[in-house]
Amino acid sequence: MNAKQIDQQTLLRDEKDPLTHTPVHLLSLDGVGKHYGNIIALRNVTMAVDNGRVTCVLGDNGAGKSTLIKIIAGLHQHDEGVLHVMGDERKFNSPRDALDAGIATVYQDLAVVPLMPIWRNFFLGSELTTGFGPFKSMDVQKMKDITLKELAQMGIDLRDVEQPIGQLSGGERQCVAIARAVYFGAKVLILDEPTAALGVKQSGVVLRYILQARDRGLGVIFITHNPHHAFPVGDRFLLLKRGKSIGYYDKKDITLDELTAQMAGGAELAELAHELEQLGGHTQALKEVQAEVAEVADAAYESNAKRH
Amino acid sequence: MALVTAPAPKTAADERVAKRGPLSKLMARPEVGALVGAVVLFIFFASVSGTFTQPNALATILYGSSTIGIMAVGVSLLMIGGEFDLSTGVAVISSALTASLFSWYFSMNAWVGVVIALLVSLSIGFINGWILVKTKLPSFIVTLATFLMLTGLNLALTRLIGGSVSSPSISKLDGFDSAHAVFASSISIGGVEVKITVFFWIILVAVASWVLLRTKVGNWIFAVGGDANAARAVGVPVTKTKIGLFMAVGFCGWILGMHNLFAFDAVQSGEGVGNEFLYIIAAVIGGCLLTGGYGSAVGGAIGAFIFGMANKGIVYAQWNPDWFKFFLGLMLLLATIVNLIVKRRAELK
Repeated sequence: MNAKQIDQQTLLRDEKDPLTHTPVHLLSLDGVGKHYGNIIALRNVTMAVDNGRVTCVLGDNGAGKSTLIKIIAGLHQHDEGVLHVMGDERKFNSPRDALDAGIATVYQDLAVVPLMPIWRNFFLGSELTTGFGPFKSMDVQKMKDITLKELAQMGIDLRDVEQPIGQLSGGERQCVAIARAVYFGAKVLILDEPTAALGVKQSGVVLRYILQARDRGLGVIFITHNPHHAFPVGDRFLLLKRGKSIGYYDKKDITLDELTAQMAGGAELAELAHELEQLGGHTQALKEVQAEVAEVADAAYESNAKRH
Repeated sequence: MALVTAPAPKTAADERVAKRGPLSKLMARPEVGALVGAVVLFIFFASVSGTFTQPNALATILYGSSTIGIMAVGVSLLMIGGEFDLSTGVAVISSALTASLFSWYFSMNAWVGVVIALLVSLSIGFINGWILVKTKLPSFIVTLATFLMLTGLNLALTRLIGGSVSSPSISKLDGFDSAHAVFASSISIGGVEVKITVFFWIILVAVASWVLLRTKVGNWIFAVGGDANAARAVGVPVTKTKIGLFMAVGFCGWILGMHNLFAFDAVQSGEGVGNEFLYIIAAVIGGCLLTGGYGSAVGGAIGAFIFGMANKGIVYAQWNPDWFKFFLGLMLLLATIVNLIVKRRAELK
């Protein structure tokens, strides 16, 4: 693997925010760790998020992706390391804390209430009100108008903001959740596996909204286990495995094939092939694994050859 | 000649939205099933009994409905918020007993007892809600425990303090007459005496509807009932909303308790058991979803009105009142089935 990994020691040092050109990141994690009792869920994770950049967090099931976003979103607190938001060290006690700091999360299960109309969901927790004192009521018409307008700006062609959000398709619901985060002034947008349950076309739609959010100047954290979704939109890639960082790359230093190879774990495949060989018997399975090892190695070699 | 295809007509309406008539829009409201049931029941009793539609009879029916309806307001909101409360029936009596025993024991102005009762009612609601959110136990268990404890407390404390199964008469106390005027008087409308609880009921339904549909608290109530985790993730104060709902139920219980006390001058300590189901039935007939997140305050009111009509209608039709419970059960079953059908049809359209 010849991709140039960002060195853990020099990581975050001398880096500048691409928009503000200050050495301060919008959000940065430095050696962050978390354990539940004696289970270490996350260890020594370092990453940065900047304005108008997409940081992808890749990893298989149980790699610690969920723990990582829960720390950033304020659902859990980290036990080790530091979390900086625009240079200030922070520890979020609740999702509200994180939201107030400009960090919005679009969860896998979307954090929408299916039976409620779209506009009520859009403004849930941050309702607009008119009047004063005990006679404060919601500004329903304004909320409906804004919902329709904001969704239109994200390119979402909506039927009726009064319909229950449960009637929308998975991709549309994702987009409503993203538009909501953008509208409420999120500076950092965390997307937890937004394409996991979607078909090819719907995934494409969501990826386009990620780019739209990026172009609006948001720092995006895109969590996924699919390198094919991450690579086209990402600027930085953090690879997690068993709670540890196994690589942190800039887009210019890595290719899709290398990313895929790292994700697939080329070394582990080779090990598996070796084990199968020793056990003997399973010729068919062995052949398949060996073929896969060769494929991964070839891909990595080719992409290196292309670049050098 | 070039073939010119006419550009698609640009209309404001989206082609994917089929035109919905006002009727099918109305059918999508949660309380429509109950409304249809109420109208059918009204016509039925009006045709079998001549006295049913007399103004005096209607006032009596409304009074009967209001004693259920006042509680149904709180219980409906709570059910939309995803919980229910089995302690409401006895909590009403607890409130009445508190007011009467406190003012009697200390020989104080009746209004002192009224204020203490309000505090006790709100506390019962708070404790129910607080235990619920802290332990995350289902509301069935928590409020069943409260129900049993309050039943016991009502009997035991009344005997301990007053020495009898019913609370001592407080009609001689200062402030009794003014409290009676506020909680248990009648207002004459066109020669028909209408009990004041009917007006309390209407005001409560109006306030609850406004809160539910037009305030952010209403938005939160729908959200915590629909999906509490999602609500928490977007910053809705789920704990406060749930505790607040239980306290709102407590407040409704206080109003009804005060009416029960001041309509006479004493309360039976063993009363109230079983009434909690009437309130829940009213809410369910009115279209509130047992699982939360869907329903309306007006629906609960219509449910209570159906209850009142059936209760008094049987008497006016000169049937044996033994049949009442059977009718109530049948009504519950039919209303929920109608609700289900209406809701499915409305969603399909």
